[in-house]
Amino acid sequence: MAIFLNETSKVIVQGMTGSEGMKHTRRMLKAGTEIVGGVNPRKAGTKVDVDGVSLPVFASVQEAIAETGANTSVVFVPPAFSKAAVVEAIDAEIELVIVITEGIPVHDSVTFWNYAESKGNKTRIVGPNCPGIASPGKSNAGITPADITGTGPIGLVSKSGTLTYQLMYELRDIGFSTSVGIGGDPVIGTTHIDCLKAFEEDPETKAIVMIGEIGGDAEERAAEYIKNHVTKPVVGYIAGFTAPEGKTMGHAGAIISGSAGTAESKKEALEAAGVKVGKTPSETARLMREVVENL
Amino acid sequence: MDLYEYQGRALFARHGVPVLDGGVATTTQEAVELAERLGDRVVVKAQVKVGGRGKAGGVKLADTVDEVNTHATNILGMDIKGHTVEKVMLTVTADIDEEYYFSYLLDRANRTFLCIASTAGGMEIEEVAHTAPEKVVKLPIDAGVGVTPEIADGIVTQAGFPEDLRDQLVDVFVKLWGAFVAEDATLVEVNPLVRTPEGRVLALDAKVTLDENADFRHPDNAEFEDKSSVDPLEQRAKDSGLNYVKLDGSVGIIGNGAGLVMSTLDVVSYAGENHGGVKPANFLDIGGGASAAVMANGLEVVLSDPQVKSVFVNIFGGITACDEVARGILGALQTLADRGEDVTKPLVARIDGNNAEAGRQILADANHPLITVVETMDAAADKAAELAHKGA
Repeated sequence: MAIFLNETSKVIVQGMTGSEGMKHTRRMLKAGTEIVGGVNPRKAGTKVDVDGVSLPVFASVQEAIAETGANTSVVFVPPAFSKAAVVEAIDAEIELVIVITEGIPVHDSVTFWNYAESKGNKTRIVGPNCPGIASPGKSNAGITPADITGTGPIGLVSKSGTLTYQLMYELRDIGFSTSVGIGGDPVIGTTHIDCLKAFEEDPETKAIVMIGEIGGDAEERAAEYIKNHVTKPVVGYIAGFTAPEGKTMGHAGAIISGSAGTAESKKEALEAAGVKVGKTPSETARLMREVVENL
Repeated sequence: MDLYEYQGRALFARHGVPVLDGGVATTTQEAVELAERLGDRVVVKAQVKVGGRGKAGGVKLADTVDEVNTHATNILGMDIKGHTVEKVMLTVTADIDEEYYFSYLLDRANRTFLCIASTAGGMEIEEVAHTAPEKVVKLPIDAGVGVTPEIADGIVTQAGFPEDLRDQLVDVFVKLWGAFVAEDATLVEVNPLVRTPEGRVLALDAKVTLDENADFRHPDNAEFEDKSSVDPLEQRAKDSGLNYVKLDGSVGIIGNGAGLVMSTLDVVSYAGENHGGVKPANFLDIGGGASAAVMANGLEVVLSDPQVKSVFVNIFGGITACDEVARGILGALQTLADRGEDVTKPLVARIDGNNAEAGRQILADANHPLITVVETMDAAADKAAELAHKGA
């Protein structure tokens, strides 16, 4: 099983021929991802050789789907062209588009999100500014290091890349069903709640780790959702307890404004929903270890 | 990026939003010349990015050029909540019949834009929303549709603005939306938007926040960058493409990934409680790659902060495995030595992830006098805090 991405996923890469796209296409292939091609209108009809695998380049997402049956796209195109790339994926009604690109103007993210809504949300958007999705042993779509963990019963959803890797690594002996990096931008497609719902429904996932950070109220809303809809154990971690007000901490979305978006309020909301919240990443891993031992 | 009021006012004027005639001055002389041109009663306003300037004496009416001279002299250089006033804005004055509130902003939670309008302006909108919620109208704006004259007309009706102002308000709301989109703003706020006794609509204040991710579409925005009020270390880091935020403590922090660095600040603060209350000196995310060159630039910035007594390098090696990270740290110290930097502050390194043992072994073999390798993040934070406390 796993969520959103599994061994049957057929993946195309928008922006495959760029340097980041190329580097990560190589890594994804090595991780066992079934990559069926790339999209670049200027290089349509050509083939790209990646470590002995010949990948066709298509003019559009539409064409790539028609030719290969692709159901997932990973977007590496630069910020100035990302909106057009995502809109194209939505128009082609691909099931899943994962937007890795960092630095997309928020007007563009809101625009493609509103556009997806107006088209009935047929395409799941993950990101932008995210590491992507990894279902260890099955498929890896994005930039998550593939060799840091194994397959197992933990589902993970996170705003942060390296914190995700840290926890995947610390719990590598137990392993993960799927890890979803939802991204650190103020406006993202798939939310903590979407992932919690999918993990709750996924028989392979037995416990869930949720990593949040300062800014917005997504964690508070996720806590409300957990209270009412999630029966599987959830362990949480929030970064940014000591972050000062009004300063953006790396991620465009990670900023405390006034009393809104503080780590303390997120922790309180999660604990009120029965979530065990770790004080540090290591303590969080320890809490998850206890949870798994008692399953 | 938050703009100063005078920048917001200029931006409004450029998009055809009615504002009062005025300008900005950095010296008393300029203020006097500007007042002579405006030729009427003027208001002199301190330009700072904090609230409460009126109470601090940073907003004054002047009926004569002499009064402008006095007020500008007093206000320029004034300290308002830690912000030094470098500029004053002068505008002519207007008589006010009624004050309204109007804004467009990003609504993160609903992933859309929002219009907030109220006939009760002039005070904090949060307060109005609290005391008289029926007077505050909030409407989502679909980014694909925007604010058409029809939608603006609907806002006028729903917020209960005066009928005789309808045409003017529709025009202002459409133009403000034009400014919001064209400038890639995440906030445009007019408080107050006023009605004069002659029945004119005017924007008397302008609060604008721009999205820095969109700077590539707005090369002119560089002029909004306010180098004088930016911490010099932050500016230096920005110039080398580093994501750095200056904080008040003494433990320098370098890590990869925004979330991991934020987490590192927390863990160091907790550890500091056992070591004289030392705190992190900065936030610095050198990004996923963690190459030697970037590490060297990062170390240079962190070490040039005189408050720093120890440095904690906290790296998770994923795509860049830990053996490369370890060589990167050593390479960075070598690079700094080659540049003639005198590196004397102790450095605690915690590297974890792919090839972690090989990476630690490389650092152990190098036997660098300044580097202590600690295996876990919590223990490493404790060591870094201890060293900072000792070095203080």
